[in-house]
Amino acid sequence: MRFRRSTPVLTLSKNLRRATSVLWSTLREIFDESAYARFLQRQNIGSSKHAYAAFLRENLRQRERRPRCC
Amino acid sequence: MSKPVSAFVWLAVAVAGALSVATIALHRGEQISALWLVVAALCSYALGYRFYSKFIAAKVLALDALRATPAERLENGRDFVRTNKWVVFGHHFAAIAGPGPLVGPVLAAQFGYLPGTLWILAGAVFGGCVQDFVILLFSIRRDGKSLTEMAKSEIGRLGGFVAYVAVISIIVILLGVAALIVVNALKASPWGTFTIAMTIPIALFMGLYLRRIRPGKVLESSVLGFVLVLLAIWGGQWASHTPSVGRYFTLTAPTLAILIIIYGFAASALPVWLLLAPRDYLSTFVKLGTIALLALGITALRPTLHMPALTRFIDGTGPVFAGSLFPFAFVTIACGAISGFHSLISSGTTPKLISRETETRMVGYGAMAAESMVAIMAVIAACVLQPGTYFSINSPAGIVGAAPEAATATISSWGFPVTAADMHTLAQAVGEQTLFNRTGGAPAFAVGMAHIFAHSIGGQGLMAIWYHFAIMFEALFILTVLDAGTRVGRFMVQDALGHIYEPLGRTSWYPSILANSALIVAAWGYFLWQGVKDPLGGINSLWPLFGIANQLLATVALCVATTIIIKMGRARYAAVTLGPLLWLVAVTFSASYYKVFDPNPRSGFLAHARQLASSVARTGPNSAATARLIFNDRLDAAVTGVLIAMVAMILFESTAEWVRVLAGRKQAVVRETPFVPTRFAAEEQA
Repeated sequence: MRFRRSTPVLTLSKNLRRATSVLWSTLREIFDESAYARFLQRQNIGSSKHAYAAFLRENLRQRERRPRCC
Repeated sequence: MSKPVSAFVWLAVAVAGALSVATIALHRGEQISALWLVVAALCSYALGYRFYSKFIAAKVLALDALRATPAERLENGRDFVRTNKWVVFGHHFAAIAGPGPLVGPVLAAQFGYLPGTLWILAGAVFGGCVQDFVILLFSIRRDGKSLTEMAKSEIGRLGGFVAYVAVISIIVILLGVAALIVVNALKASPWGTFTIAMTIPIALFMGLYLRRIRPGKVLESSVLGFVLVLLAIWGGQWASHTPSVGRYFTLTAPTLAILIIIYGFAASALPVWLLLAPRDYLSTFVKLGTIALLALGITALRPTLHMPALTRFIDGTGPVFAGSLFPFAFVTIACGAISGFHSLISSGTTPKLISRETETRMVGYGAMAAESMVAIMAVIAACVLQPGTYFSINSPAGIVGAAPEAATATISSWGFPVTAADMHTLAQAVGEQTLFNRTGGAPAFAVGMAHIFAHSIGGQGLMAIWYHFAIMFEALFILTVLDAGTRVGRFMVQDALGHIYEPLGRTSWYPSILANSALIVAAWGYFLWQGVKDPLGGINSLWPLFGIANQLLATVALCVATTIIIKMGRARYAAVTLGPLLWLVAVTFSASYYKVFDPNPRSGFLAHARQLASSVARTGPNSAATARLIFNDRLDAAVTGVLIAMVAMILFESTAEWVRVLAGRKQAVVRETPFVPTRFAAEEQA
């Protein structure tokens, strides 16, 4: 009985956690934090001033040519 | 959900939508709640998404979940990255949502709330969402190719050339108009000017913070930047109340125009990380937050629309811009209904992130529906104002008179009562010296938004803060478009000039950077200056020109899409893109014809030039200012002529290709990347 009652609560909590996680991932993607994390992983280095400068250099061409919509 | 329950739910959605649209369309002479617009929009998008986009996905495009996308096949962790569909949706929405869906609907509100609302709903469901969806899919099936590349490979070299000219035209005209909107919002406004001026050091600080103090912590620096911007809004109030400071920020329109031109040049030539990237992050952060806040405010307040469903200005005599309901309502509202610019995003970053073909429906169709909802909110923000207030803000001095009493008398004589005292009280409430003659849409939207926020959060005491928050939000949006657009335009010019003289194409050669930045800034700066000096406010001439350029790009996109659909052997379904294409052709041709040849000097460029020339002939020697106005009219007519010639060329080229394929004179070759099964087929089938 107790298990039955807690199921919807668990489902809700699981869905909320999932929604929060998706929202957080979306924000990280929009704000290029995920791209930086992928860069660090690909280069196998830790975050630093030099690493971020290298990331910016690598993404320069793509970012410079990205239009912002009207 | 079982089938009968599902059928019942969708029937209920259809009934609610029909009831709401009927309420919007049929009520005359009485005010309605803005909630009807919200319900009509939500039901229309839901039905369009559930049924129309599903039909397109299944029958026209035959989306294949088992086909590997470029994000999977070419995954490199940099440009091509398999990404969660909700994340791509948010990313795509953030890229397509700009100031356009906020400004266009506000300007078109001069016809009343009905035409704009119906066009936004129908245009999005049957046009804009479809365009974004199909271009996204076709780009995915071509390894993420851009619209220009697809036009070249599917239609021919002429198609590629027209797409290139369309993109350059739209960038130049858009930037000129966007800068003019900022100028009109900030002229004689020390509070607004101070706030926006402060966003430049804030963005520079964010750039340094990201690079030197907390590398890569973009969200953190954006939150910090947002807090600083809020402080700048508060500081703007102090600046406006302190005469010794305020006078430095009380600027005329020409001074602001010059400053924006200098800013645009600097932003194009400075390193990206220093100004462009942080401003972009800050703008996106404010944009997403404000749109969410506005949606909540409208839902909580459920404001009443004071603007009538239709105004007398559907006959083309409106003060905001000249031109009758057809075709001008349909070029004035481009973003929010159908925007060619979106096809650049749908064939840019987004196709490189999609994991499954089936996700293009949600991302392409769904994100455009969300942007269309933003346009509906802009209609609401404009129409909650008393019509007299709306027209006082949006009418140029050349139409209603420069003195407050003259302006209010003219507007009241149209049947929209307003007094100079009312406008003075409102200006004081929002912390401005005057709200008359603030053409461009941004100030009217800001007053409407402040009205909604002040009634739901904080009360009337915060009206001035909300108004300047809205102005800051729009100006930040627009300056970001200006930064990025100038740079993109510069690259396009560099790419083209590089074919003539190789060093000019080098993006790292500083003389080339400076020369090409100057070229592109001079191009949009000219339109800006023209708008600032125009006695009719500039928006009257330039916004329709921008709408025509934007719809030209949409025409290119829909021509590409129709060509591909026919080549895929699905000509019987070509109407899904051919329908909106024909509508756009009718709209752009008519609007261009009226803008060039209309005998009414307020609408037709050539008639206006003739009127000025004859007045000079009557009154004496030609002044430099009049000569410039005459030249500007002729230049605008020539630009419109070139744009429409481009539409005709791409249509002719596309039609010839369709006839060749349909008549069997040419083998239909779809230039798609060959089918490769996804490695995740098992996961997909499960």
